[in-house]
Amino acid sequence: MTVESEYSPDADRIMAVSLGPQHPGAGHFRIRLWLDGDYVVKALPDAGYVHRGEEKMAEYRNYTQNVPHLERPVILDSSNILFAYSMAVDELMNSKVPPRAQYLRVIMSEINRIISHMYFIAIQGLFLGHTTMITWCMGDRDFWIDLGERIAGARVTFAYIIPGGVRNDIPGFAVEKGLNTCDWFEKRMDEYEKIFFDNPMVHQRSDRVGVLSKEDAIAFGATGTVARASGLALDVRKDEPYSSYSDFEFKTPVLTQGDSWARAYVALLDMRESVKIIRQALKTLPQGPVRLKLGPQPRVPAGEVYSRTEAARGEMSYYIVSDGSPRPYRLKIGVPSGKNLKALPHLLKGVHVADIPVIYWSLNYWPVEADR
Amino acid sequence: MVVAQQQKTGTFQVLVGKIDDVLQYAIGDPLRYLANWGRLYSLWPVHLETACCSVEVGAAAGSRFDIERFGTLEAFGSLRACDLIIVMGTVTRKLAPRLKLIYDQMAEPKWVIAMGACSITGGLYFDSYNVLRGIDDIIPVDVYVPGCPPRAEALIQGIVLLQEKIRRMPTLSGR
Amino acid sequence: MTTAVSNPGTSVAAAPPQPAKPTPPSGAAAAAPSGSPDLGRANSLAAKITSECPAAKIEWVKPRRLKVSVPPAALKEVALFVRDSLGFDHISTVSGVDWIAKNMLEVVYFVGSTSQGQEDFVLALSERMARDSPVVSTMIEVWKGAEYHERETHEMFGINFQGHPDQSHLFLPEDWNDLPPLRKDYVSPGR
Repeated sequence: MTVESEYSPDADRIMAVSLGPQHPGAGHFRIRLWLDGDYVVKALPDAGYVHRGEEKMAEYRNYTQNVPHLERPVILDSSNILFAYSMAVDELMNSKVPPRAQYLRVIMSEINRIISHMYFIAIQGLFLGHTTMITWCMGDRDFWIDLGERIAGARVTFAYIIPGGVRNDIPGFAVEKGLNTCDWFEKRMDEYEKIFFDNPMVHQRSDRVGVLSKEDAIAFGATGTVARASGLALDVRKDEPYSSYSDFEFKTPVLTQGDSWARAYVALLDMRESVKIIRQALKTLPQGPVRLKLGPQPRVPAGEVYSRTEAARGEMSYYIVSDGSPRPYRLKIGVPSGKNLKALPHLLKGVHVADIPVIYWSLNYWPVEADR
Repeated sequence: MVVAQQQKTGTFQVLVGKIDDVLQYAIGDPLRYLANWGRLYSLWPVHLETACCSVEVGAAAGSRFDIERFGTLEAFGSLRACDLIIVMGTVTRKLAPRLKLIYDQMAEPKWVIAMGACSITGGLYFDSYNVLRGIDDIIPVDVYVPGCPPRAEALIQGIVLLQEKIRRMPTLSGR
Repeated sequence: MTTAVSNPGTSVAAAPPQPAKPTPPSGAAAAAPSGSPDLGRANSLAAKITSECPAAKIEWVKPRRLKVSVPPAALKEVALFVRDSLGFDHISTVSGVDWIAKNMLEVVYFVGSTSQGQEDFVLALSERMARDSPVVSTMIEVWKGAEYHERETHEMFGINFQGHPDQSHLFLPEDWNDLPPLRKDYVSPGR
């Protein structure tokens, strides 16, 4: 940590400290802290270290060329960010995506949800000093990446969900492998629960740490795991059953504690539901084509669209304005990390310095996604 | 007269050069080899995540690929004790001065791996207003690992190549 | 310790697929999401907003979306109305659009709802202003979470939000001295 030269009305008591961007507790991101002894008086997040101007770039590319660079911000969750984009473009073009493609989109999006949550829980374990969790989760995450690789062909950047359907059909052996992975992973999650979530050390470090009340969650506009850990039953998959989510049976896990532990545990409960959805979808996969022919430079009618999906971190939304040309006139990505970051200064007020990484990471904040 | 003197100094210089060579082979080379061998298998990377390639670094450090078996430790500890920067992807204009600052703070000898297309040429983001087109404008790069993102195996190969480079480093100081 | 409860889902989602209803001409031409309900709810919301604020103009209506354009002076009043009386309390995103041909800038607030049965609806409130003097008032008092998004919109479009506590750079480098990048007359250096 480096002491900043700027600041402070109570200069002799208050110390201004900058956490990041080079700090194990805050990668690609900086939190400016004002500390009174061990307590945080004020915290200001400083984002933008990974701002790559995706929205401006999208205006220079046509709707097909936009696919690869739009998935990069959320490399952990690459299918869900493309899912919302593809839905928006499908809606603009008035195209009817075939049912098999809808199922494959759901399968891939749920696989990505698991991949993203595994990374989340792994790093949460790391920040709590729980080495077992990072070793297990990082290793087990790779089985899901392998499954995705078998379906899509690339390792983490699947680029599988595209406007008009999915890029290729699922190979036969991947269905069997997917079902096996589901069976194995359900047993594995019981072990996570035993070793991590029921661990007294983890409870001591994260229970009642960084509590976000339901009212605050609404006021700040929190979504996804953060909202659901605070008792706010928001899940776009249930609220607005897009694609083929209405065909599957699953629940929306909701906890009421609103602390760091609950925010991590909701992710595990989410993964249980995801496994259920993947299994149902793989077993009842309809036959048929998997993509519509769009051509290299699809013409999109003029209009506006706002589409949203439930990504791993929460509501992922796109606002696309089309003026009838092959390129979007304006493309706005509403990312869940950005929506949840607003709660961070509020949560960090008055906590110990040692609790900062736990609270920060429990928001499931991915700076690359938030900066776009 | 003048010619003879020149010949005399010339022979003296040749003699000194020969002695230097002998000493180099007898003491300097084993010493250099020993020092470089010590550096080789204890590379400490800086914990500086610049963009999305950090996920693949995380996977490489995870239990499946386990980068530690090749002698690269986990990215923790003080900047002053580090000797390797893995630039994990895109470097934006906001991060570029910080990257330079971090590089300057590290002690010699130090090495840089440019991981991913973005840190080599700007990659997909070649026309973005906020992205550097490659990091070699601001810091010297030893090994380039292409890919978007590179697979964990590719990163491991990059580290093995860097170790090969360190083993053949001609001087002790690394310059 | 844990209370895993299922979300009952919205009444619309639970209902069996409805037969296609005759749709109004404007805006409905765009395809609706799968399992789409009718436009009745959106239209009744639109009627409520226009009766509260006659200056509001309905831009488009979709089964689960509604975009209303409001003069900047009246936006706070409408925003308070939709938050308190209609239940749109959950700010989702704020976006800007640069209409360079019309010499206008637009700010769009996308607001969701957390009240039962209305979670699937997203309301878009927009205001337009002249491109050379883009000053509007902030909506932080209505939706606290708008602060972050307005700061981003200020940075990307150069729109001034009066009453906003912190309009310093969020994403761009501290020494940025060019046009706001998402304006249409800013050309990316690589292009």
